[in-house]
Parts: sequence; C-alpha cells; structure tokens
Amino acid sequence: MFLARTHLGELLSALRDRGYRLIGPRERDGAIVYDELSGAGDLPRGLRQSCGAGEVRLERTGSPRCFAWANGPQALKPLLFQPAEPLWQATCDDSGRLRFEAVEPRVTPTAVLGVRACDLAALALLDRHFLDGAVRDPHYAARRAALLLIAVNCTHPAATCFCAATGDGPEARQGFDLRLDELDDGYLVASGSAAGEAILADLPLEAATDARRQNAREAVAAAAAQQTRTIPPGDLYDALSRQRRHPRWEAVAERCLACGNCTQVCPTCFCSREQEQPALDGSTSQHLREWDSCFSEGHSYIHGLVIRQSVAHRYRQWLTHKLGGWHRQYGRSGCVGCGRCIAWCPVGIDLTEEVHAVLGDAPDA
Amino acid sequence: MPCSGTPRMPERGPPLEAEVVTRVDESPTVFTLVLSLTDPQAHRDYRFEPGQFNMLYLYGVGEIPISIAADPERPGLLVHTIRRVGRVTRGFAALQVGDRIGLRGPFGRGWPLAQAQGRDILIVTGGLGCAPVLPVIRQIIHHRERYGRVAILQGVKHADDLIWRERYHQWAALPDTRVLLAADVAGRDWPGHVGLVTALFDELDMDVSDCLTLMCGPEPMMRASAERLLDRGASPDSLWLSMERNMQCAVGHCGHCQYGEKFICRDGPVFPFSDIAHLFGEPGL
Repeated sequence: MFLARTHLGELLSALRDRGYRLIGPRERDGAIVYDELSGAGDLPRGLRQSCGAGEVRLERTGSPRCFAWANGPQALKPLLFQPAEPLWQATCDDSGRLRFEAVEPRVTPTAVLGVRACDLAALALLDRHFLDGAVRDPHYAARRAALLLIAVNCTHPAATCFCAATGDGPEARQGFDLRLDELDDGYLVASGSAAGEAILADLPLEAATDARRQNAREAVAAAAAQQTRTIPPGDLYDALSRQRRHPRWEAVAERCLACGNCTQVCPTCFCSREQEQPALDGSTSQHLREWDSCFSEGHSYIHGLVIRQSVAHRYRQWLTHKLGGWHRQYGRSGCVGCGRCIAWCPVGIDLTEEVHAVLGDAPDA
Repeated sequence: MPCSGTPRMPERGPPLEAEVVTRVDESPTVFTLVLSLTDPQAHRDYRFEPGQFNMLYLYGVGEIPISIAADPERPGLLVHTIRRVGRVTRGFAALQVGDRIGLRGPFGRGWPLAQAQGRDILIVTGGLGCAPVLPVIRQIIHHRERYGRVAILQGVKHADDLIWRERYHQWAALPDTRVLLAADVAGRDWPGHVGLVTALFDELDMDVSDCLTLMCGPEPMMRASAERLLDRGASPDSLWLSMERNMQCAVGHCGHCQYGEKFICRDGPVFPFSDIAHLFGEPGL
C-alpha cells in the first residue's frame, strides 16, 4: 500500500489517537536523535548525514525526504534499558529495620517511528539478554511490552555502515509492527503485526504501483551495494582467542582513550553498574542501575585487584565479546553493522579495520 | 544455563531483610556473620547448595557477592565469612548482633556433590578460599560413609592469616581425613609446611588421577595446583574451580562477571577445569 507524503501526519495522529507517546528522529545539536515528536514537522526533512571514523556531519539537501540518513547515536536501547534507573529502594526506620520495595518502572505505550533494520536486529539481541534467560528483567520487560515499532527501510547508509556484511540490513525483514519505504512522493507501507494492521486501516492508503515497488526495491539494493566496510562472517571467538597476543591490541590501545563512547552508542552493549543513592536525611536509599562500559577500570575490579589493567586488554575484551562471545552466549554476533562505534569514537577507531588486522585478513592487504 | 539451586526468583527483585544473629572475629581482618531472614516464611524456605553465593546489601552503601559458608543441613543459619577489604566489607565489619542488612540469593552453580559420592576428595584452598568449600566439608562430615578418603589442603600467605585452626584440628581427627596446611611465611608454632600449598601434593596418599578435586583461592594458586594435578594424571573433568569476577546483579545481566563466554554468576562460580581451560590463566580475561 502507498501513503502519500501529505498524509504522513495522519500516521502520526493515528498513533497518538491510540494513546502512544510518539518517539522519532529529529535534529538536535548537529545530530539525529530519537526524542518525542509533536508532529511530522519535527522530522529531519531534507537532512543527509556524512559519517566517517570519528566524524558525523549533517547536510541540508532540499529533498522532501525525512529518512534520507542512516542513524543517530542512539535509537531503541535507551528506551528499554535506560541509561540510569532505580531498581529498588530501601527504607531504614529509627530502629534500623530495613524495608525493601521494587521501584516499578514508569511505562508509557510508546511508538517509535524510523526504526532501522540494524536497530531491530539489536533489539532482538537485547530481548534475548534481558528476557530469555533464567531471570527476566522486569523493567526491560514492561517497556518492551509497551513498544510499537515503525521501521523505515534504510536507503542512505553512512560510510560507516556495514549491515549488509552482518546480514542485518538495510531492509527490515522482521520485528516491526509497520514498515515504510520512503520515496520522494510518499511511503510504501506494510504491516508486520496485528497492531500494525489495525493502524493501516485508519490511513488514507492507495494501492502501491509496480513502479513504486520497484523503486523501493532498487533503493534498498543500492543501499546494500554502496556499503564498503566488511566484517569477517561467522563466529570469530576461536579465531580472536588464538590472537590474544597479537601486537595490534597494543597498537589500538595506543590510540584508544578508553572513554567508552563505543559501548554507549552500541545498540547491543548491555553492561550496567549498580550504585546506591542515599537520601540526604538517611531515611531511604535508592539502588540505581546505570550503563557501564568494559573500558572502565572499575568494570573488572575485584577486592583490590583490576583484572583488565591495560587498555589493550579492555579493547580485546570488547571486540572478542562483541564478535565472538555473543555467538556462544546468544547464538549470533553482537554486532549488527550500524557503525555507530566507528562514527562516535573520538579518535576514529574502526572495529572493522581492527578485526581484519587482528585476524590478518585485511581486505585491502 | 539452569542453576542447580531451587529457582527462587524468576524475575529479579529487591533483597530481603536479614538480621545479624551472631558475629565472630576470625582474625584481625576476617569476620563471620550469621544471618537470619526476618521474614519467618522466607527464612524457613531458604535453601542453598554448597558453592553458591548470596548478594549482601549494606544500607546506603552497596551490595556485594559473598559465598555461603553455612552448613547445608542447617539452612536456618546463614553464614558468611568475609574479609574487610573494600567500602562495603568495611561497613559489614562494623555490624553488631541485631543489625539489619539485605540479602538476595542464593545464586550460581555450586560444587558437584553428586559426582563426589564414593570417590576420594581433594580440597585445595588458599586464603579465604576456604569459605566456599566449608559447606562441602560439612556435608562430607554429615555423611562420611558416602565418600572415600578426604584431603583438605589450605595455604595462606602468612601463618597469622589462617582462620579456623581449631576446625582444621577437628577435621584432621576424622576417619580417612587428612589436613595439610602451608604458609608462605610461618609464625611461631606453625604446625604446617612452609611454602606453597602445591608442595603438599607430594604428601598425599591418594591417587589424584582418580579423585575429585575442589579448588578455591587466588588464581595463581589455582593455576599452579591445576598444572601439577594435571601433570599427575588428574582429568580436566575431575578438577573443579570456584572462579571470581566483579558481580553486581548476580543474574547474568550486568555483564561484569563475564569470563570469556561465561557469566560466572550464572554459569558458575564453580566450573570444571575442562569448561574454562581455554580461558584459565590468561591475563586480562
């Protein structure tokens, strides 16, 4: 089906009428961020994105398109696994007795417009981590159940993107409620769930013409073809483990600031630390969970000892876990090819370059 | 990975309140807290398996994993032996009888007691690594006839670090049970060997290629022990180690305890050597 560009606002209204808070891409501080949308006018219309290692620039093109860019620093992860949130609270009475209460997450039904295929792949991985193990995370579970996802197939990958190599994009194939293909004059629309189907019934849709369908197919194929970065396929755990003493780990550590930006923008990095936040009057204390990074010294601390003392060890841990450990833990790579860790690294370290170098199969060698 | 304990918390929840019912100073830096859950039903229902751990919470300060050093047949006495070393343990050291803390648990996969029946058992510990095996020793004592010969080897840096001297003395008097102690630095009246715990393997009268070995202690000590025992024909499946990494959630979510592809809090902390041979001893993992 086809939704004319002039009717895009009606999609947003249909979501709001159903009680969803609407989250989508908008321009802020020179980047595309996912935040509340008041209407289609907030979308980053006519913006293009130019990314490189350690570089993100927005450019105005005059195009009517609102999704002619790849991704911003974050998409779905902070909506589900929040950067900081209280898990429980302890109350201490005058006699020193303690009472513990779970802090229930505040959950609003949320529709996210502009979800990319890489984000959906990352979401499926986070679902496995937080929901499918022996213990479920109730905060993640509650927010996940209240999420409606409107994917937009990616037609303008960044130079840092390599979702075609990981097999996660640029076409969104599963995990969405609705999926759009953006054309100059509007959107091809498909539903992926009963909730999506019900929303379609409210929209002034036309039949999609063969020409528009072909146009959309070609745009996605071109988006795959123009990606140049690659990553070796398959489970790299053994291959990377055999290279634990490769000099490249020390070489990348010379450049790495251990700032943890890569882990904060990564849509699958799940590490968190727990902190106490006692009230000033001492009567209560909140137990908070905050995003952590395996690049921090405290991450591997045990009673007076830091296990991963060097930045080389931390970078090796991150890359080996992302491209190897995940396979053993969750059956696939932890990398979905979004390229965020490359673009948002302040010194431009490129994991695709590093893994090829460590494995000795540099594509241009 | 299923844990061997009764699954008590399908969803992660807050701690339960626990009261300090006994406090024992074991050494200038090591102390034991005996806890009781203040909710009587929770207290009655509490069960653990030797080798598992609890998360103990100090009000307003934080939460840390501590191995359970209790008697599995007396689950009403929740025992934790703790070294004063960090912010939270310094706070625990100041606790008195009647003080309240929080407790979540038990967590993790413990010692392979089912495999131990009928076999000789070698227990090798270093420093406070004696605490997580205490429930195993208790279990063996309760059912001494079910097990073969038992050797308990404990190493410490300095003779003054040895806790439970009287306990070791009692265990040594049990049938078919040997206790061998080692200290890198001996003090006056030190009854044991001076040097590393690994030197004690020469004194064993059991066939290490056929026994079940349980190890807990600093990694260099476990590494040296594992190497020597493997050299003497021990099978990598019969060598079990209790591993340790930073743990904050205890349910495999926070990511800190990852050791290669393992989540130590959930897949361990006790592993057969064969499961971690590809990781063990490698710096920075």
